[in-house]
Amino acid sequence: MSIAITTQIICFTILSLIILIGALGVVLLESIVYSAFLLGGVFMSVAGLYLLLNASFVAAAQVLVYVGAVNVLIIFAIMLVNKKEDLKPINDIKSRRIISTSICLTLLSLLIRVDLTNVWSLSSPQNSIGEESTIRIGEHLFSDYLLPFEVASVLLLMAMIGAIVLARRDVMNKDISTGLPVDQALIEKSSEPLLSNKN
Amino acid sequence: MEYGLDLEYSFNEFLKGFGLSSEIAHIIWLPLPMLLVLVAAVVGVLVTVWLERKISAAAQQRIGPEYAGALGVLQPIADGLKLLVKEDIIPAKADGILFTAGPILVLVPVILSWLIVPFGQNLLISNVGIGIFLWIALSSIQPIGLLMSGYASNNKYSLLGGLRAAAQSISYEIPLALSVLAIVLMTNSLSTIDIVNQQSGAGILSWNIWRQPVGFIVFWICALAECERLPFDLPEAEEELVAGYQTEYAGMKFALFYLGSYINLILSALLVSILYLGGWGFPIPVELIAKFLNLPVNAPLIQVFTASIGIAMTVLKAYLLVFIAILLRWTTPRVRIDQLLDLGWKFLLPISLANLLITAGLKLAFPQFFGG
Repeated sequence: MSIAITTQIICFTILSLIILIGALGVVLLESIVYSAFLLGGVFMSVAGLYLLLNASFVAAAQVLVYVGAVNVLIIFAIMLVNKKEDLKPINDIKSRRIISTSICLTLLSLLIRVDLTNVWSLSSPQNSIGEESTIRIGEHLFSDYLLPFEVASVLLLMAMIGAIVLARRDVMNKDISTGLPVDQALIEKSSEPLLSNKN
Repeated sequence: MEYGLDLEYSFNEFLKGFGLSSEIAHIIWLPLPMLLVLVAAVVGVLVTVWLERKISAAAQQRIGPEYAGALGVLQPIADGLKLLVKEDIIPAKADGILFTAGPILVLVPVILSWLIVPFGQNLLISNVGIGIFLWIALSSIQPIGLLMSGYASNNKYSLLGGLRAAAQSISYEIPLALSVLAIVLMTNSLSTIDIVNQQSGAGILSWNIWRQPVGFIVFWICALAECERLPFDLPEAEEELVAGYQTEYAGMKFALFYLGSYINLILSALLVSILYLGGWGFPIPVELIAKFLNLPVNAPLIQVFTASIGIAMTVLKAYLLVFIAILLRWTTPRVRIDQLLDLGWKFLLPISLANLLITAGLKLAFPQFFGG
């Protein structure tokens, strides 16, 4: 066994362990902040797995999008509304747990079945693109995957416009949550500099 | 593979001469450039700290460090030693694990980004295909470390500082990436080596700063904002937030933040010089000078000479930019948070988008000048 393969196996073991333990921690930990940070760790290790598969562009994109944007926003939201609030006790917790466990076990057995029946090895040696993968991804995005790509961009545009509408209440004359007419003067006041009227 | 020194190859050949297998030689070689770059980064930080102290003193008509070594050059080492032996305090009600992990998460991505900084044709740790994109991806990890340390300190100033830092780096990441994208568009490659080689045609005239003046300014502003240097140092605004996310930190953990911010500054300066100022290129192409002097470009001695000129040029350009950053820090007032976000979202983002569009248009219209 060559040194490169040994390194690869060690890296794979460590990364998979981090992903498994981290993902369990995200679900099972009581503190939501720890869960959020562990989620970041899980995303990072998934990026590591992509690197092991020679997909460096996908790995970097994974870090940029999932760790740098998604996870940071999750943590940001948690910290801005960090209310120490006790969860309400649920009455029929036992039966709920039994139902959710059985659903999870069914899903697990299905996934194990998929793993055992499907043939995973690629027939053609396509997996050795390496450094060229960025170019290949670009070609695919603008040829055979053009429609999904454009649909995704329209979806993002919609989300962006929605966020702007939510953030700028002054473009609407009705408050979204209460239905009352908006006091436009109050909105104008917040964008005025504080000290401009003195002398 | 073009001309230029290939130290890795020669080193491996040298070790194979002792009867070692190529794999063993590779493993012995691997840590060497990493160690070298780490040492270079730390020495760079020491120099920058000294420069910062001396230049700030000059800007304020003081003398600055004077007694530690000639002109106070040993002062940063004294500072570092002090931080090393200081007691490491974790506040009683802080979250110990996150408090410790925060500074590490801030420092490690910055050091990892040095992977792609070239000082010459083969003088970098790894010429990874995704090159500059790796830096953009890695620098997006940093806000998590800042949020983590801000939260774990259990201090309202720290939390506010961490939140501000994250908001700032998210909003300046986008124009930064867009101006890098314009360069990548002209180069047809993400690799830093290719970006520098594309600028090396006609010396100073072919540097990207002439083709991307707007991109250069946008990138520099965003780089300063990412480093939290003074016009944009809201996360640690002393008058409002004590020291932001660093408030509760002492000793070596504080030193990690300190190191991280200075390594990041030098890294940003190096990347500006690579992307816009021709990297290791001499203002007049070295090959032209060699031809003028009738010297063979591929002779070993000439190659060592050009490689050292390359390293000197990269460092010189980077430190020129560091000097400008220090001068800016000690002469400009801090912007308000609303001005900061306005500048990022309403000014830099549209401008960098327009820059990208114009670059794409110019590339198609004048392929000989804007890369084909």
